[in-house]
Amino acid sequence: MLAPAADLNMYLFVAAVLFVCGVVCMATKRNAIGILMGVELVLNGANLNFVAFARHTPLGMDGQVFSLFVIVLAAAEAAIALAIALNFYNNHLTIDVDRADELKG
Amino acid sequence: MSWLSAPIDAVAWLFQGGAVYVFALMAVACAVAVVVSQNVVRMAFWLILSLAATAGLFFSLNADFVGAAQLLIYVGGTLVLLIFGVMLTASGPFLQIKSRPGEMVLGGVVGLVLLGLILSSAISVDWANRGPRSAAETVGVGFNTPSSGNTTRELGLKFLGANPKDLGSSRSTLSPGFLLPFEIVSVHLLVVLIGAAYLARTKRRRDTANSEASNLSAS
Repeated sequence: MLAPAADLNMYLFVAAVLFVCGVVCMATKRNAIGILMGVELVLNGANLNFVAFARHTPLGMDGQVFSLFVIVLAAAEAAIALAIALNFYNNHLTIDVDRADELKG
Repeated sequence: MSWLSAPIDAVAWLFQGGAVYVFALMAVACAVAVVVSQNVVRMAFWLILSLAATAGLFFSLNADFVGAAQLLIYVGGTLVLLIFGVMLTASGPFLQIKSRPGEMVLGGVVGLVLLGLILSSAISVDWANRGPRSAAETVGVGFNTPSSGNTTRELGLKFLGANPKDLGSSRSTLSPGFLLPFEIVSVHLLVVLIGAAYLARTKRRRDTANSEASNLSAS
């Protein structure tokens, strides 16, 4: 019993679900760390798209190179955002982003 | 031994291309669990599973190096960083910050609409017949076929600007390559390290600093 070969649309579906989950996570969570996790999900969905197009279209290895850059930039973004979140926690003793309204115009 | 045939069939199905669907289902289900769960620690756990399943999908797409980098950097590095953030900030009452149910419902509806929009636009395009195929199928001398993996040599050549697909053919041209983005990313990582260390350092409080300064001036 051979499983049918996975085509491009299956990967696009998975990547779309990851992307939408990340966006909803960013929009609804009030914990700053939860918002960071939503960003990771969005970047991961984009990565999956890059690699899937590298495999199934003439894009070639460029897609994989791009996904490597995305992984590195996501690590950098997590480090900086975590430092900001820790500073916010030290100053306000909470991590709730709804309390971060001092710059409200 | 008829009772053995079902699990043997299942294992054979996994090894003959079915594992892709298991990884896809796992990535999707764990991503939904990240959104639904309210506890930060559980969110981190589901996120680890989702990212690991995505690494499995990378392996199934013949991208072995990217999959390994995903496991090493994302699952091994970034997620540990996030969990440290959870440990340092989630004290008692802040472990669960609940969203209002109305917000969850609104977010779910908007998410479903967005998902339908993305899926309908992605599926309506005939990806297979777009653009010239050029030398995408030919394999250069000394390189593996795409199905045998081992993409590190091709990735390295791509960083240097040579297209591995063109090496064996007559049209061997050098493109600009990815050396400049590579340098930019390395400098960017250095800047980020310095910035993170600067932001996260423990600050001396203002009043003690002032009192020390006044002490110094008094003496």
